[in-house]
Amino acid sequence: MSEHSQYSGQVVLEVNDLRTYFYTRDGVVRSVDGISFSVRQGETLAIVGESGCGKSVTSLSILRLIASPPGKIVSGSIKFHEKDLLHLSDDEMRNIRGDKISMIFQEPMTSLNPVLTVGQQIGEVLELHRGCSKEEARSRALEMLKLVNIPEPENRIDSYPHQLSGGMRQRIMIAMALACDPEILIADEPTTALDVTIQAQILNLIRGLRDRTRAAIILITHDLGVVAEMAQRVVVMYAGRKVEEADVFDLFERPLHPYTLGLLNSMPRLDDDSQKRLTEIPGMVPSLRTEIIGCAFAPRCPSASARCQTDSPILQDIGNHHWVACWHPNEISRINNG
Amino acid sequence: MNTPIFSSVSSQFSISYWWSLARVRIPALYQRYPFAVLGAFILLVMIFIALFAPFLGTVDPQAVTPLNRLKQPSSEFWFGTDALGRDVYSRVMYGARVSLIVGISVALLSTLIGLAIGLITGFVRAVDAVVMRIMDGLMSIPSILLAIALMALTKASIQNVIIAITLAEIPRVVRLVRSLVLTLREQPYVEAATASGTPLMKTLIRHILPNTMAPLLVQATYICASAMITEAILSFIGAGTPPNIPSWGNIMAESRSLFQLAGYLILFPAIFLSITVLAVNYLGDGLRDALDPRLSRRM
Amino acid sequence: MFSYIVRRLGATVVVMAVVAFIVFSLLYLTPGDPAAVIAGDVATEDDIKRIRQSLGLDQPFIVRFGAWLWSLLHGDLGISIFTNLPVTKLIAQRIEPTISLTICTLIVAIITSVPLGTIAAARAESKTDRAIMGFSVLGFSLPVFVLAYLLILLFSLQLQILPVQGYRPIAEGFWPWLKHLILPSLALGTVYAALITRITRASVLDVLAQDYIRTAQAKGLEERNILIHHALKNAAVPIITIIGIGIGLLISGAVVTETVFAIPGIGRLTVDAILRRDYPIIQGVILIFSATYVIINLLIDLSYVFFDPRIRY
Repeated sequence: MSEHSQYSGQVVLEVNDLRTYFYTRDGVVRSVDGISFSVRQGETLAIVGESGCGKSVTSLSILRLIASPPGKIVSGSIKFHEKDLLHLSDDEMRNIRGDKISMIFQEPMTSLNPVLTVGQQIGEVLELHRGCSKEEARSRALEMLKLVNIPEPENRIDSYPHQLSGGMRQRIMIAMALACDPEILIADEPTTALDVTIQAQILNLIRGLRDRTRAAIILITHDLGVVAEMAQRVVVMYAGRKVEEADVFDLFERPLHPYTLGLLNSMPRLDDDSQKRLTEIPGMVPSLRTEIIGCAFAPRCPSASARCQTDSPILQDIGNHHWVACWHPNEISRINNG
Repeated sequence: MNTPIFSSVSSQFSISYWWSLARVRIPALYQRYPFAVLGAFILLVMIFIALFAPFLGTVDPQAVTPLNRLKQPSSEFWFGTDALGRDVYSRVMYGARVSLIVGISVALLSTLIGLAIGLITGFVRAVDAVVMRIMDGLMSIPSILLAIALMALTKASIQNVIIAITLAEIPRVVRLVRSLVLTLREQPYVEAATASGTPLMKTLIRHILPNTMAPLLVQATYICASAMITEAILSFIGAGTPPNIPSWGNIMAESRSLFQLAGYLILFPAIFLSITVLAVNYLGDGLRDALDPRLSRRM
Repeated sequence: MFSYIVRRLGATVVVMAVVAFIVFSLLYLTPGDPAAVIAGDVATEDDIKRIRQSLGLDQPFIVRFGAWLWSLLHGDLGISIFTNLPVTKLIAQRIEPTISLTICTLIVAIITSVPLGTIAAARAESKTDRAIMGFSVLGFSLPVFVLAYLLILLFSLQLQILPVQGYRPIAEGFWPWLKHLILPSLALGTVYAALITRITRASVLDVLAQDYIRTAQAKGLEERNILIHHALKNAAVPIITIIGIGIGLLISGAVVTETVFAIPGIGRLTVDAILRRDYPIIQGVILIFSATYVIINLLIDLSYVFFDPRIRY
């Protein structure tokens, strides 16, 4: 796909300065501290980062699935076709979930209800959002099972989740999410809990379905390999904020933020025979309980200067749809640095 | 609140030390577990009443004065009098003794005996099979009926009431201890101890026993509450404390046919019994939450 | 599945045998002379001897146990010392009121407690939750007869809308039958309901923390749908377990409730038997109640498979 066609689609989702905090007994955890991005029709956006950087919380915030005693979406807007999701009533939001925007989760075993059959779980989305009768829902569910390549779907439709393998369960999750032909599919680490071979199958499946359904996909992952395979654009998150955003090719060829560079360098490469130790990013992710002054990555950054400790970097447009939030973005390309 | 419980050794012996300790820690406890602290306080009040009943403005609870039969509560007879002219207030005050003695004794006895049996069955497989069948059988008999059966065969006395109720409560303790032992046995540190040649007794005492203390303590409070109610029920139907000894259940039993005339005969013992049982239950809940919130799954 | 049923039935038989043994041996194990105790303080030597004979205490244990067990298996629960009537007959006469009371109580208790517990879990830590849990501790702690008298005071004496005591067989009409059972069911059912509410809340709370509930929310299902169709079935097993175990509470409570409300059921029979120390009746009642309790719990055990398809026998 050429670099420009992906920007021709309409913007379906626009997240603006989203902040989601958790008010716990030990303090306020600022899981998402001001993130903005947008997603166009048909494109696949990957949100990448380590555990705890806020990517899952971001995706849950879009669907307003944040548990409301400790958590709260404090400010920002999430515009879906010009309507701010944060201002919708509970009923309106429920109409959108599963129908216009769906989500699949990381752990297929625990994410499916053990006492309901697979057919029932797919069918209920259709009964709810499309007003299907039980029979219609069942036949549509059968179609979905075929769509996600479940073998012997007529038999499987009455199986319970514990009777299926991990890969099959994830396919069921995908079937449930796509049953109502959503405009946006949020996939939260869909392959992390699966074996590598199954991972490949699932990713292939998603890619195949993407071309058929033209749904936009927001792919949450920590695995840059998955990003390379699936994404067209990438957002890199760190400590609740966006630190870099670029087209996928651009990100891999010209990573600008030291964190992104660090992530890429810490990946083993097939064509590297030098037997060098993998470069690791020293230090640990900062605690999100305290307010962070200056750049959150500064303590671990090889390029950090005095300014980085005091001034929080702002996003700069480097051109070619590439933004970075850094006072000292990396100028040398990765291949030279490798 | 991070005040250490024990600072220097010598200061432990001064009353002012303990007093200032109490002043600091009790309000903090109250903050976190208001109901439990309330429960403990009420229990202490009841214990006080039981201990000092003779000094609380009471007369002889067994003194029969036919002239004063069935008088309503007044300034002379604070809780009224019963069918035999006995002062209900005094009987209620002295009645606290029976409920507390029964409750605490049953809790203690059943816990100790149940602990012993449970430990043995947890470790010795041969004994386990036999004993658990017996416990299953005992648990299939509703506890009141078991107590009734025993009371029907023996002379009415507080000791027999205690024994009867204890017998009914032991199986539950055994079950709890046994399941704890079975889980704890699988713990790596126990296996390590056994593998390095630790004798059974020592394993039991050093590794298993301490981990049973918390659940047992919580269970013991619930048993205490349950035993108090059971004693009251037994006395109410005439199978409990002998009628001349005042117990809250007894007082209510005598008024079974009189409650329309003399409701106060039921009201006052009922209030005291309910408050005490409630207090013990709250205390148990508080202990359970304080010692291990995960216990609330099982209890 | 079939072999499981057979095994459980076998275990049930063993338990009942143990119960029979315990019930029978109590007579021999209690200290003192039960015959004398039963005869009472004003009994003569002859009375005591007569009683000892009718209880069979003069024969060796094994012989007597064997004979008793044999007649037991033929449906003979012995003869009442006082009335000389067969215990089986006495129990059969009194069974309808007790069953009526139990059924009404079960319905009242379950219909209130399961929804309440579920709501408490769905609104955990809120005022509603605390109120519901507060009531349940209250219900736990008030002895049945205290509740009973309170209810009588309020509804029968003050408001005068329900009868104070008594029982009307259903043959005499549905409404009179029901009217006389409302207060007793409430009194008896409250303790039971309190227990079930607590367990329901804990179980549903557990379930609501699971990932599949989040998935259901992500599908756009509304809360009521999630609670009823997704959560409850998963929470069912501990709940119905406690319903079964709590039946023991019901049985104990029936004794008191029937006394307070003057219901001529098996509970009253037991209380009268205690007064007269009519041990064969007590024995018979224990056996019947225990058998009922064991069978009900067996049925509940076997029903698990309907709630959780992962359970395989």
